[in-house]
Amino acid sequence: MKFGVVVFPGSNCDHDAWYSVTANLGEQAVFLWHDDPHLGDVDAVILPGGFSYGDYLRCGAIAKFSPVMSAVKKFAAEGGLVLGICNGFQILVESGLLPGALVRNRNLKFICRHVPLRVETTNSPFTSAAEKGQVLRLPIAHGEGCYVADERTLDELEAEDRVAFRYLENVNGSQRSIAGILNRGRNVLGMMPHPERATDPLMGSTDGLAIFRSMVAAMATQP
Amino acid sequence: MKARVYVSYKETVLDPQGKTVCSALQSLGYTDIVDVRQGKFFEITLKDGADPAGARKQIEEAAHEVLANPVIEEYRVEFLD
Repeated sequence: MKFGVVVFPGSNCDHDAWYSVTANLGEQAVFLWHDDPHLGDVDAVILPGGFSYGDYLRCGAIAKFSPVMSAVKKFAAEGGLVLGICNGFQILVESGLLPGALVRNRNLKFICRHVPLRVETTNSPFTSAAEKGQVLRLPIAHGEGCYVADERTLDELEAEDRVAFRYLENVNGSQRSIAGILNRGRNVLGMMPHPERATDPLMGSTDGLAIFRSMVAAMATQP
Repeated sequence: MKARVYVSYKETVLDPQGKTVCSALQSLGYTDIVDVRQGKFFEITLKDGADPAGARKQIEEAAHEVLANPVIEEYRVEFLD
């Protein structure tokens, strides 16, 4: 399987993501530069963490206008797997590929530590290798990770089983403790925690592998 | 010609910065203050001789598409001649 890792100016988890899926997972990966409107022959796209274009206006606000994002939108519309991590999640909501928004953490602090997350659904190409209710220990590192959406959207996410992960302890004030959500087609996942930072025993956790392994399994069963 | 764009969170979105500033002000003795909402303010200078209608359209569009995120924020645009 070939992953495409998007590189925006200011991305800083792009190499971590690349290393996770190649060295730690044994798959192939290429980098996709932000001003290239072609994704090539990748099977899945990762929007990595960082501070795309500096995030000066709002996190992810400028990245949504990049040429690569028009290609990512088209890829997602055709059913391609798109995983947005941290700043990648912020870009997905700014781009309208996922509902809601991510705002300043409730306590106004940048939070950088491992947190336990509960897997809320295994009915997705990103979580099929996990167990429902399983607790994953993944690092978070963000100042703007508080998920907000209107009540109707939140009800819809729950009714359609699109909440992928919840924080066991709501560290950033996210509504309904949401840490990751799926789009309606279930082929786009945005999450604030960093699975790529938990893919080797040296990192203190390998729980992030479940997400990448699910993606590989999903691709393997595609016709 | 100048334009001003005011961006703030919608009433329904919690504004933790505003809340913190509010409690700081109260603890400094400004006891009549009961709420603070913090937002962003953009003062934009337009090109001399720009067509006013076109310039207004550009600012309205920039406010809606770029400066504010209508999912969580509301904005107000003012034009100064």
